[in-house]
Amino acid sequence: MNTLQNTGLGLFIIALLLFTVSLGLDDYRLTEESISEAIGNEYHLEAITQAAREKEMLGKEFGSSFQFAPAFKKVLESAQEALDKQAKEALPEGVSQWEYKMGGWLFKDYTYIAAKKSSAGPVSNNPLLFFFLTIGLGAFGGLLYIIPQFRALPGIKHDHIYHNSMTRGLSVGWRGFFLGAAVIGLLLYGVFYMNDKYFWPGVSAVVALLIIGLVFFYQNQSRRNPARSASPQVTGWLGILTGVYLIGFYLLLYWAPQHITGWVLMADPLSQALNGGEASQWFLYGLLYTLVILVMGVRMFAKYMHNRYQQLRTYSVMFFQLAFAFLIPEILVRLNLPSMDLKNIWPLNYTFFFDWNINNLIGSGALGIFMLVWGIILVVVAVPLITYFYGKRWYCSWVCGCGGLAETLGDPYRQLSDKSLRAWQFERWIVHGVLVFAVVMTALALYTYFSGERTVLGFNSNTVRTWYGFLIGSAFAGVVGTGFYPLMGNRVWCRFGCPLAAYLGLVQRFKSRFRITTNGGQCISCGNCSAYCEMGIDVRWYAQRGQDVVRASCVGCGVCAAVCPRGVLRLENSSMDVNERAKAVRVLQVSKEGVEYVE
Amino acid sequence: MHIAILGNGIAGITAARFIRKLSDHDITVISAETDHFFSRTALMYIYMGHLRYEDTKPYEDWFWEKNRINLLRAYIERIDFDNKKLYGSQGEEVAYDKLLLATGSAPNKFGWPGQGLQGVGGLYSYQDLQNMERFSDGLQRAVIVGGGLIGIEMAEMFHSRHIPVTFLVREESYWDMVLPPEESAMVNRYIREAGIDLRLSTELKEIVDDGHGRACAVITGSGERIECGYVGLTAGVHPNIGFLKNTALETDKGILANDFLETNIPDVYTAGDCMQLRNPRPGRRAIEAVWYTGRMAGETAAYNICLSCGISTGNIPQDGKKIPYDPGIWFNSAKFIDIEYQVYGDVQADPPENHASIYWEHPDGRKSIRLVYDKEKGHILGFNLMGVRYRHEVCEKWIREKTHIEEVLQNLGIANFDPEFYDEYDEEVVRMYNEQTGRSLRLKKRRGLAGALRFLKL
Repeated sequence: MNTLQNTGLGLFIIALLLFTVSLGLDDYRLTEESISEAIGNEYHLEAITQAAREKEMLGKEFGSSFQFAPAFKKVLESAQEALDKQAKEALPEGVSQWEYKMGGWLFKDYTYIAAKKSSAGPVSNNPLLFFFLTIGLGAFGGLLYIIPQFRALPGIKHDHIYHNSMTRGLSVGWRGFFLGAAVIGLLLYGVFYMNDKYFWPGVSAVVALLIIGLVFFYQNQSRRNPARSASPQVTGWLGILTGVYLIGFYLLLYWAPQHITGWVLMADPLSQALNGGEASQWFLYGLLYTLVILVMGVRMFAKYMHNRYQQLRTYSVMFFQLAFAFLIPEILVRLNLPSMDLKNIWPLNYTFFFDWNINNLIGSGALGIFMLVWGIILVVVAVPLITYFYGKRWYCSWVCGCGGLAETLGDPYRQLSDKSLRAWQFERWIVHGVLVFAVVMTALALYTYFSGERTVLGFNSNTVRTWYGFLIGSAFAGVVGTGFYPLMGNRVWCRFGCPLAAYLGLVQRFKSRFRITTNGGQCISCGNCSAYCEMGIDVRWYAQRGQDVVRASCVGCGVCAAVCPRGVLRLENSSMDVNERAKAVRVLQVSKEGVEYVE
Repeated sequence: MHIAILGNGIAGITAARFIRKLSDHDITVISAETDHFFSRTALMYIYMGHLRYEDTKPYEDWFWEKNRINLLRAYIERIDFDNKKLYGSQGEEVAYDKLLLATGSAPNKFGWPGQGLQGVGGLYSYQDLQNMERFSDGLQRAVIVGGGLIGIEMAEMFHSRHIPVTFLVREESYWDMVLPPEESAMVNRYIREAGIDLRLSTELKEIVDDGHGRACAVITGSGERIECGYVGLTAGVHPNIGFLKNTALETDKGILANDFLETNIPDVYTAGDCMQLRNPRPGRRAIEAVWYTGRMAGETAAYNICLSCGISTGNIPQDGKKIPYDPGIWFNSAKFIDIEYQVYGDVQADPPENHASIYWEHPDGRKSIRLVYDKEKGHILGFNLMGVRYRHEVCEKWIREKTHIEEVLQNLGIANFDPEFYDEYDEEVVRMYNEQTGRSLRLKKRRGLAGALRFLKL
């Protein structure tokens, strides 16, 4: 640590504090003008304005979004009531009931946009200044902290990871608390999210219990009580704090964006410049996501000065995030063309086969059709073919956005993945369960699309879609996926949840040229490979018996090979022995046929 | 049948695992060091914060119960070979039918004044690591004595905690009795570049007592006094057999073992660092304190123990004949701070007349490739690699089959095991050979698994 690094760290902390505080700096004042900017539907606009007047909310100042939102909710409820009443009596000519009435699902969007439009204060007056003082300063501070690291000698940079409060992980108890709280909390919130319908949250809870039961039943059967957990005895409080902050961020982003309008306001100028429109919370998220990958990508270059594989794949994820996930979609929006992240593949991109997306693409000319065909080709041809040649790494650690974040922002936490056999069992049940869920959900959606029939086998396909979006798309991929970086490692989503990873993994496991070869008898069982495997693969178990690693979950990040102090591991492709990749055990001293390994 | 194994290191544990594969005999592994098997070679990573102790255990804790391998934490003080009984320091008594002695090594101490003081220690056992940890807080300087593999590990460990290190090496250059001069010089350079105070041709004369039984300085052979709070003694190891001296067991430096790892006492075997072979293979030492040989010996001992008392599961190898210990072609590896080192075959620091070698070194001075071959007959003898990875099996096959150096050179790519996208230097080596010999060989095969597989499966 030198002065430059300390300064960088200081600036980053200041920026982070200001970023957090900036949510409370503005006041909220609802005016007729702000309502008219926020609400596009003229009937809703009129009813809301009227209701706001009646509830005496117009012109009233609220110090925080937590006071504004409940007050505005009352206005919305009153407006909804008035519209319902009107609709019963007489609808304006040529206007459908759907257009006229205000559904409850609109409340969240209306509250969010009204809060944004009603903001007044330092942030909304100087969005650009705040952008630079928070996001800009944070990125700058981060770079200042990272750049001096290039002066170190090239080599493995893992000193003191387990001495550091940020990266040492949680004790078993704390981890259990966070896991339990996340599962129970998200399912309970899911009930509220589904408008107090218990069915799908209930089904999910039963499936969760079933998986837990199966894993524990199997373990008790063979007395495989795991003792090596991912967690040390001591808990890293900084890590917990970081995890809680990230979880909070995702909760607000997905389900309470009305409280983060201050951040969205800061992103407005850049959004205007890029796509000609105002920023949404998703623009803000994409912007932060991209910046984080770029800055932490530089950290990867400093960390792996000596390793070209790591450098190239980091360049690759930085490029795909910046160009494919961020800039190209924004530019397409500006050009009034259908927008799509061209590298986002179903079933990770679970909305791809939804009616509105298909209709949108079909209705947008040649480019739209191309995107539709492209998306299908990716699923049907590219995934199996490229995975056959190179393993799933071509996507997971070279292209994917989730992978990109995990490999950059998440890199300091890779050692926190659980390597126990129990974790592997959970992984297989859960990740393949999500794949089945994604396939069934999409099949229902497509059935509805082609038949027009909303109810399939007694299930409402729209409800299934909504629940999938909530449970998998938001809760698992976002809240747990990223929020749990400092708690359970950087690939929780990729390992336990991503349906695309499951699909790629099946191809990799059963038909691929890819494997990690082990170098004869050179393994010293030190455990670095296993410890730094973000997917929780016990690489050493293979390496010490001289068996090549063929695992569905391996994302081919190459870190096991990088940290190996004896040069034992190498990521390789060959078509010569695709079907017997995993068979040879090479460190047998007494060579004879037919000795069975007991482990 | 009860088989007791003394020592839960790589030799003892490998033996236990293979005995279990081959039989249903009762197995007890006894150790005073730790409850479970851990990787000794990873001790440094615990200190540096790369790993936790838990991470150094190659098998999860349920593994032992599941495979019916009993673990006993005890310090065995005495063995009654006549009545086949072990006696522990806490009054434990363990009866056995077969005994495997895999007691490992202990750090060498050459009678230096002050070598028993507090703040002086080697690095072999888990307790050694705890000892280092105990003295690390507020440590102003550590002095390390002995220029071998453990010495440089210890230097790297203290260095990672920003504790200044003075590294005393008796020889003129680091590990120069094993490494050829160029490689040794490379390590010298890198040690200094990393910021470690390397003192070559410097011997330890005395460790100074601070008056309270703790080391406070060392005095070197030239009389220089170096203040320090910790002295690491890493001048090699010797078999840990103190408690076996003056018993019926025949020992020299280590426990004497025949080709089948049997000792002079029936039903008593030995494996690993503590064993001394009566008839080592040509070119090999009688005692080889290396992870890999420990693993090989453990497996061989397991077969011979089971053969002597009946293999109850699996197939009986080689018609039930005892299996001689065969460590195969020499290989080893290490890491000198950031520079990885691999060696295959016969590479000597002071090569005999018939050895010739091609040595290529990267301009950055941190990578090198050395091929050793027979001057007259031209066949390959060994590979010495710094910062470059080569395939074990390919090198081994070339050496075993006495492949001609020119054949090796033209196919050198298939031995390359560096990660994808790394520069390939095999062509440079060929060019170097051509320059030295006036030949005009060309590299025919580049790095890649397919080529290696094709070669190995021939």
